[in-house]
Amino acid sequence: MKYTEEDLEQELKTKEYEYGFYTEIESETFAKGLNEDVVRAISLKKNEPKWMTDWRIEAFRVWEKMTEPDWANVNYEKPKFQDIAYYSAPKKKPKLNSLDEVDPELLDTFKRLGISLDEQKKLANVAVDIVMDSVSVATTFKKTLGEKGIIFMPISEAIQEHPELVRKYLGTVVPTTDNFYAALNSAVFSDGSFCYIPKGVRCPMELSTYFRINEGGTGQFERTLVVADKGSYVSYLEGCTAPSRDENQLHAAVVELIAMDDAEIKYSTVQNWYPGDKNGKGGVYNFVTKRGLCETNAKISWTQVETGSAITWKYPSCILKGNNSVGEFYSIAVTNHFQQADTGTKMIHLGKNTRSTIISKGISAGHSQNSYRGLVQINSRAENARNFSQCDSLLMGNACGAHTFPYIEVKNKSAQIEHEATTSKIGEEQLFYCNQRGIDTEKAIALIVNGFSKEVLNKLPMEFAVEAQKLLEISLEGSVG
Amino acid sequence: MELKEKILSSYVAFENGIDINSDVHEIRTQALETFEKLGFPTKKLEAWKYTSLNSVLKQDYSIFTNKGNAVEMADVKQYFIHDIDTYKVVFIDGKYSSFLSQTTHDTIDVCLMSSALNKAKYKPVIENYFNKVAKQDNLTSLNTAFATEGTYIHIPRNVEVEKPIQIINFTTGSEAATLVQPRNLIVVEENAHVQIIERNQSLTSNAVLSNIVTEVFADRNATVDYYKIQNDDENASLVDNTFVDQKSNSVVSVHTFSFGGNITRNNLNFYQNGEHIDSILKGITIIEGKQHVDHHTLVHHIEPNCESHQDYKGIFDDRSTGVFNGKVIVNKEAQKTNAYQQNNNVLISDKATINAKPQLEIFADDVKCSHGCTIGQLDTDALFYMQQRGIPIKEGKALLMYAFANTVLESVKIPEVKSRITKLIANKLGVNIGFDL
Repeated sequence: MKYTEEDLEQELKTKEYEYGFYTEIESETFAKGLNEDVVRAISLKKNEPKWMTDWRIEAFRVWEKMTEPDWANVNYEKPKFQDIAYYSAPKKKPKLNSLDEVDPELLDTFKRLGISLDEQKKLANVAVDIVMDSVSVATTFKKTLGEKGIIFMPISEAIQEHPELVRKYLGTVVPTTDNFYAALNSAVFSDGSFCYIPKGVRCPMELSTYFRINEGGTGQFERTLVVADKGSYVSYLEGCTAPSRDENQLHAAVVELIAMDDAEIKYSTVQNWYPGDKNGKGGVYNFVTKRGLCETNAKISWTQVETGSAITWKYPSCILKGNNSVGEFYSIAVTNHFQQADTGTKMIHLGKNTRSTIISKGISAGHSQNSYRGLVQINSRAENARNFSQCDSLLMGNACGAHTFPYIEVKNKSAQIEHEATTSKIGEEQLFYCNQRGIDTEKAIALIVNGFSKEVLNKLPMEFAVEAQKLLEISLEGSVG
Repeated sequence: MELKEKILSSYVAFENGIDINSDVHEIRTQALETFEKLGFPTKKLEAWKYTSLNSVLKQDYSIFTNKGNAVEMADVKQYFIHDIDTYKVVFIDGKYSSFLSQTTHDTIDVCLMSSALNKAKYKPVIENYFNKVAKQDNLTSLNTAFATEGTYIHIPRNVEVEKPIQIINFTTGSEAATLVQPRNLIVVEENAHVQIIERNQSLTSNAVLSNIVTEVFADRNATVDYYKIQNDDENASLVDNTFVDQKSNSVVSVHTFSFGGNITRNNLNFYQNGEHIDSILKGITIIEGKQHVDHHTLVHHIEPNCESHQDYKGIFDDRSTGVFNGKVIVNKEAQKTNAYQQNNNVLISDKATINAKPQLEIFADDVKCSHGCTIGQLDTDALFYMQQRGIPIKEGKALLMYAFANTVLESVKIPEVKSRITKLIANKLGVNIGFDL
């Protein structure tokens, strides 16, 4: 049968957010609200040692005194922090030994998400840790990794099994007092991933965490800590989805990366939280603090593809502490309908001969607002620091907006900084050229957007790049008038 | 007493000396209320993140200077562009100096703000233009509250003013610390053309704070060239607030040359209320010591088919600090906008700092907007090349820096201003070469 325009239209109507389903899984959810007792209860539930409980309480006390930041270029109704359940977990079963024991409904969820654990186990050579409603439900490949001495497990287990490591590094890059959401996360995080790569080990496979918010009325607060010891290498992937709901759900995560001397961490994110419907109703508030610390000769590379969330507030940063360390940031942020994104990076140059690269591509369509906010700071001791920044924005339609707020602070004369930004729309000539060659407008746009984003897509690991490319197309469908 | 309190309490005394029944006075009183509410800017404000006025505000400024020191032409001739004929509006400690000035009412008005504010025949102009484009922010409001004197320029339709107009504010240090607040209004009607050169000069080492507000209205097809020369004493601080309102097909350019002063803050705002407008904002900053220069620009593209060009170059030595905060806003309706912004900086010393924040806020899709910002050093290969050919390193550096800043100088339309700036640059760089290559 011929595929007609009506079919496409129908498809677009229904296809808006294909991960918007909700899985009926028995889960255990705390009553709404937050106070010291809730923090204690979470800690107790997790059977945590005392130092961890104290750490949470301290963070909570700090958080209570803080006010929500409002400097970002986004407008939204502030979340009501007493109206959120701070703990929700698929009902705990006895510890699982293999995937066969995982709740079949849960497995089905992941199938629909396109992550078949079994298949991936065999083919993709990716170790996956899955976090659903703040609790890690399955970790694959533990054994293979264990042989290399690599620790990859839910952070709640790591607190039990490797308390010395967690205690040593947790909160060293993003202190509990860092900002409002980091403090909140420190107080109530229920799970997340922990990863430790021993000295000189090159992690043989991509490590991956998949986050999903399932329950309504809950917030997700996960915490990721990646420690790459001297001379090691790891590539880490992160993906996320949530059901379509009319309410705004809060996601406040903290990611800390530590790259010791000569280590390299590559951290890729494909963020596809529910962005709200086309009238701007519902959607996830994504307030994330991500930061990495580079010691001598270390390298941290952030790659992100942001297509989801109603509100994004996210600045993956690098502290280039060691000499000759390298920080990279590659980002594509797509906003459509009423989405608002305020995202970018911070590159703090402290060591000598440090280098950083920032490539940021913003695509706005519909009634969305897309902002790049970045800081490049060269401190007085950072001799021969080098930075290159490029921020390009693509606008589709005249109801959206693109904004750039780059901050450049230089205190050393040997620094070399280049920053450039452009804003443009898809050229009519480009579209016409494609049309002439029989490529319809929708496809042509996808083609051009892909070209526009290529520099960033190229940085993603293969499996992710394909997914990201598809996501871009879906996010922009119907935005061409 | 804090400066803010002192200013607020002196308002009553100020009211005794002026006509408090005029419409303008209502504007003043409102402005004072705004200032009372907002106070002086602090680093907590995003717009003042990199510039602190604390050290400047600590001085015990006298708000009204009564005794002005006499100034001889011979002493101050060097501060004028004196090799061409010009109109001159000169103020000494905020008071008009008829002796040094040359004004006119012949077809055009080049005269005083005080007469424009007080004389009945200027009433319509004041009603239409006074305080109409100025932003109601803290320091502008402070100026408005005490606005009595300054330069008033009115160019009627189709008039091309045959010679440039110089506005010069001298301070003589008759008080230990002087606050001056000149208020300028420049109205350029349809198809008229005017060139203006502005300079603020302190003649002593006593502290001076100038808080200037200039409103420029360029009607359809009008052309305005504005040159600001800032090469002041190291105890003189300046907050220069300039607001430009442009109508269709007008071309307004503002060149700012910042070579000295204690803290210099330039708030330069362009509002494009029409189509096919061209706005040009350019600047050269060369400073050393502990000087601080902050360029804060705004170009607001409101209607379609307009252009804006910004080009700011900075050279920073010793412990000097430079700030560039350029903002371009493109409204939804302003399709086909072409906005261009460039900021290049050279740091000469390890203690110098540059903070740059080139900002774009774009709501229209069919636009071409770009900005570029670089921070770097002089090319050592180029220096070596010149040394090989017998050019000493100092002169070599100066040549490179001159070439670096030259893109700004190229668009200066008055040759005498250009040669004056060239000389100032040579002076600044401590070389004795003409650069007329």
